[in-house]
Amino acid sequence: MIRDHFRVLRVDLRSGKGEILELDGRNEYAGGSGLAALLFSKFGRMDQPWNDPGQPLIFAIGPLTGLFPLMSKTVCAFKSPYHDQYAESHGGGRSALALRFADLDALVITGRAPALSCLSIGSRHIDLKDVHFMRGLDIHATGKLLRRMFPGAGHRSILRIGPAGEALAAMAGVVVDTYRHFGRLGAGAVMGVKNLKGIVIQGDASFALPEGKDYPALFQDVYGLLTGTEMMHKYHNLGTAENVVVLNELKALPFQNLQRTSDPAALEISGEKFAEKTLLRNAACAGCPVGCVHIGFVREKFMEPNQYLYRQVSYDHEPIFAVGCMLAVTDPFAALDLMEEADKVGLDVMSAGVALAWATEASARGFVSTSETVVPLQFGDANAYQQAMWHLARGETEFYRLLASGTLRAAERFGGKDFACVLGQEMAGYATGEVFFVSQALGLRHSHLDAGGYSFDQKHTEKDVTAAIGFLVEDERSRCFLTAMVSCLFARAVYTESRLAECLKAVGCNALSERIGPVSQRIQQERWRLRISTGYDPDRVAIPQRYSEVVTWKGPVDRQYLTELKAEYGHRIRKLSAAATPPESELKRSPG
Amino acid sequence: MLLAGSPFPPKKYTNEKKVLPLKILTAPRMDRCIGCHSCSLACARLVHKNFSWNTAGIRIASSGGLSTGFEARTCLACEPAPCVAACPTGAYTQRKGGGVVVRKKLCIRCGECARACPVDAIYLAPDGEPFVCIHCGRCVPFCPHDCLEHMSIGGEAAAAAGGADA
Repeated sequence: MIRDHFRVLRVDLRSGKGEILELDGRNEYAGGSGLAALLFSKFGRMDQPWNDPGQPLIFAIGPLTGLFPLMSKTVCAFKSPYHDQYAESHGGGRSALALRFADLDALVITGRAPALSCLSIGSRHIDLKDVHFMRGLDIHATGKLLRRMFPGAGHRSILRIGPAGEALAAMAGVVVDTYRHFGRLGAGAVMGVKNLKGIVIQGDASFALPEGKDYPALFQDVYGLLTGTEMMHKYHNLGTAENVVVLNELKALPFQNLQRTSDPAALEISGEKFAEKTLLRNAACAGCPVGCVHIGFVREKFMEPNQYLYRQVSYDHEPIFAVGCMLAVTDPFAALDLMEEADKVGLDVMSAGVALAWATEASARGFVSTSETVVPLQFGDANAYQQAMWHLARGETEFYRLLASGTLRAAERFGGKDFACVLGQEMAGYATGEVFFVSQALGLRHSHLDAGGYSFDQKHTEKDVTAAIGFLVEDERSRCFLTAMVSCLFARAVYTESRLAECLKAVGCNALSERIGPVSQRIQQERWRLRISTGYDPDRVAIPQRYSEVVTWKGPVDRQYLTELKAEYGHRIRKLSAAATPPESELKRSPG
Repeated sequence: MLLAGSPFPPKKYTNEKKVLPLKILTAPRMDRCIGCHSCSLACARLVHKNFSWNTAGIRIASSGGLSTGFEARTCLACEPAPCVAACPTGAYTQRKGGGVVVRKKLCIRCGECARACPVDAIYLAPDGEPFVCIHCGRCVPFCPHDCLEHMSIGGEAAAAAGGADA
C-alpha cells in the first residue's frame, strides 16, 4: 500500500471498463492536490470545454490518508462548469478512507455513460450499473436506493448528485455520505454531464502496517495532540459556527447581501443558538476523532392532528452565513430548512444562498420582477427561498438558468453587477477586509481556505501590499502540501511541516519527507499552470463595487489598497505559473 | 483533557502472563458514536498489526444510513460461544468469562466461525482468515466519545489480552 509511485484506477464510462495505471511522481507531486494536478495534466483537455465527455473527473488522496488522524479528505479535480477552467473541490466523509482501502491513490473517470448510471468500485471490483430510474431523484432518495443496491455499510462511501447536477447547474455539488460535500465550482454538473448519478467506493482491502516502531508511537503522539489538548477545541465544541458571533462583533459578517457587516439579528443564528436549539449530535469523517460535523434537526407538521416528521441537517459557519445571514433568515430552524432544501436538490448551499441574496436585492431595486424570480423574494422570507431553491436547481426559466451558472452571469443579463457578492465565485462568509477579498477573488479554489487572508486582515492594520501578498503566496504553498497529504485543514496547527516530515518518515516516505519545501512549491506552481492553461486571467477578475462599500471594524474598505493588492497577487500568480515544470516532460506511464 | 475517553498516554499492555481481572469489551453507549472508526483502526493497528478498518475485532457500520447512527460489530462474549461449537479444528476455544481464544495456527480458513456468529462479529479476510475481538480493551482509549467500556465481569483471567495469538 505504501509505494513509491501512484496506483490509479481510470474508468471509461462509455465502456464501463477500467484500467490500473502505475505512475511515477510520488516524490515530485506527493498525492492529493499534487496528484490531481498531475492527473489533470495527463488526462485533461485544456482546449476543450468542461462538458467534453473526455474530460476527467479526478478523486485523489495522499500518502498519509488513514494512517494518521484527520488525514481524512479527498481532493476532487475537474474542469469547472462555473468558469471552464481547472478546479479543485475538497470533501471528506468516508471518501478518503474508502479510496485508501480500495487500494487506490486516485480514481479518474472519463467518458459519458450511455444511460444514467452508478459506478461502484472496490479493491476487487468495477461495476457500472444503469440507474435510469433515479433520474430527478433528490439526494436522500438516491442515497437510500444506492445503499440498498450496493452492500458494505460502514466501509463504503456514497457520492451522489441531485436534480441540479443532472440539470448541469454550475452551482451543483456532489453530496458525500449524506453530510459532506464536494460543494463548490460545479463538480455535480461534471457528474451530470457524464450521466453519473452516483459513485460507490468500497474500502475492502487491508494492508500491512508501516515497518518499525516509529509509526505506532508517532500515531499515539499525534492522536494525543488532536484529542487531549485544546488545539481542536473550537471544532469539537460549537464548530465553525462559533465564527458567527466573532465576525458579527468585528463587523465582518456579511449580512443581507453584504448590505452590512453586522446585525443584532445575527445573534439568533449564532453557533451558540444552533447548539442550544437545534443540535442533535455530532458526526465525523472516517479517520477523524474530532467530530466537527454538527447535525441539527428540523421537524415539520405535515398533517393534522399532530403528525410530524423530522430531518437531520448538517450545519457549519458557511451554510449559516449563506442562507441565514445573507438572506436575513434569522430563525435557526428556518435556516436549517433552507440548508436541507439546497442539499436535497444537490445545490452548493454557499453559492445558492449568495445567489438568492443578490436576486432578492435585484428584486427590491427593480432589476428583476416576479416574472423572473417566479416567487416574490424578500429578505427573511424562508418559504420563498425554499421554493426558489428548486427553481434554481432545475433551471426551468432563463433567469434561474443564468443564476445557477453564476450570479454575475445573471447580473450581466439583468443588471445589478455592482451588488453581486462574487469573489471568483459566490463569496464565503468573511468580510474581514481587503486581503481576504483579494485572496478569495483570485485564489485557486476561490475559497477562504486557499490561504488565510481573513486571518491576515484581523492581525494587521498596516497596508503593506508586499507583506500581504507575500503572506498569501507562502500560506498557499504550505497549504498545498497539507492538501497533498490530504489533511483536513482544521488540523493545520498540528500538522506543521516538521511534523508532516516525521509522519512521512514513519510510513517509509523518506525521500518525500526531506523535500516538503520544493514539492509544495512545485504543486503550487503546477496548479496555477493548469489554471492559466485553461484560460484563467487574474486581471480579468472583477471585484464588484459592493466590496468597496463595506465597513469593517477597521473602517471603510480602501479601494486603492484593494486594487494594488489585486494587481500584485495577479502578478505573483502569473509568476508561479510561469515557473512550473510541466510533468509530461519527466513522467512515464508504465503498464499496471 | 478535551475529549472524553482520551486518557493519553494510553495504558501499556504487555504479553506477560499474569493474573488480571476478567474483563470483556462492551459498547454500551453507541448512541454517542460519531463514526470516526478510530476503534477499528486502533484494533487493527495494535492488535492485529494491520492497516485496516476490516481486520479488526470491532467494526463500525451505520445502521441504515448515516442519519440513523452507528452500530458496533463486535463479539458479545457468548458463553457458550456458537463459533467455538462450529470450529472444526479446535482453533476456537471458549474464553473464561465469555468470548473466544483463537489459535490461528490451527485455523484452516473454513469460515464456519463467521457463519455461526449470530451477530456478524467475525470478519473473514478474502483469504478466509478470521478476525474477532479478543476483549483486550486496547480500542477503548481511542474512542473520543466514551462509547466503549472494558468491563469487569468478576473472576480472573489467567492470560493477558484474552490470550489470542492474533
